[in-house]
Amino acid sequence: MTKRYTSTAKALHWLMAVLLFGLLALGFYMHDLPLSPQKLQLYSWHKWAGVTAFLLVLARLGWRVTHIPPALPASMPRLMQLAAHAGHFALYALMIAIPLSGWLMSSAKGFQTVWFGVLPIPDLLDKNKELGDLLAVVHKGLNLLFVAVLAGHIGAALKHHFIDKDDILTRILPKH
Amino acid sequence: MKRFILALALAAGLPLAVNTAQAAAFNQVQADKSAIAFTYQQMGVKVDGKFRKFAAKLSFDPAKPTEASTAIDVDLASVDTGAPEGDQEVAGKPWFNTKAFPTAQFVSTGVKALGGNRYDVAGKLTIKGKTQDIVVPATFTAQGNSGVFDGTFTIRRGDFAIGEGAWAKFDIVANDIQIKFRITAATGK
Repeated sequence: MTKRYTSTAKALHWLMAVLLFGLLALGFYMHDLPLSPQKLQLYSWHKWAGVTAFLLVLARLGWRVTHIPPALPASMPRLMQLAAHAGHFALYALMIAIPLSGWLMSSAKGFQTVWFGVLPIPDLLDKNKELGDLLAVVHKGLNLLFVAVLAGHIGAALKHHFIDKDDILTRILPKH
Repeated sequence: MKRFILALALAAGLPLAVNTAQAAAFNQVQADKSAIAFTYQQMGVKVDGKFRKFAAKLSFDPAKPTEASTAIDVDLASVDTGAPEGDQEVAGKPWFNTKAFPTAQFVSTGVKALGGNRYDVAGKLTIKGKTQDIVVPATFTAQGNSGVFDGTFTIRRGDFAIGEGAWAKFDIVANDIQIKFRITAATGK
């Protein structure tokens, strides 16, 4: 069984950590702003970053299916191991579902996503106000759920490091 | 004999031709079959909008296209920018300032036939107190006793001070606004 994450896996983990915190902060900040050129700019940046995050998640899933990640410590109770796997599954599921819901919401609201203002991402839905409003609620709800699961993820990592004193946190760090 | 039939046909056809020429002046605009829409670019994203209310007057006789004329008043407060918060914003002072300038107006000054069903309509476009001479290309398609005018042209919002202050730069909302229209008019009775 492998003991360490490859540098690719570590790089993807931390790149996405930075990107997703940025996306979350930007998303919660921008949606209440009064309409201004800056708001439109922030929305565009949020969408570009969201498409980027989605592609990075696909890359991570690609890594995941071609590598076996390091095992959890044998000292962990079975229930805890199960919870850890469920938590990681939820993170991946949300990292896929959230950008998809944002993309669909943009289409339904009539604002196509154009990656970096250059590459148009096709609209899967026609413009539809009710559906757009519904997808906005879905996008927000999924993000609140994501924040909750992330809090669990970070809390668990810190618990492993400071209380259990195992290598769960350190093995994902760049120099380990 | 041949010549006689031709003469007969001509004699029979002539009054008919005159009749259709008279009947073919399209001047009853059908609002429910007419539309004025626009497309703008926002950071590379094309967004569609439209105006819900406008009043068009038009007179067009395909036999005498150069005598055609039109006047179109667009109720700027009826704008649909594609997003509800955009509609409010665009009615405000930096954009249309609909309180001071409720309508945009196009009045034709001349029509040039380009051959086929294509025409160039020259005219004056006034928005927000600023008037520009523009040429609008249009096609005309007769459908029974109604005719459809279609066309697309581009204006620069900067020419009319549409979007001032923070919006004056074109990096977020582009300067070029594409306007697409369809005006349907029936022949007068």
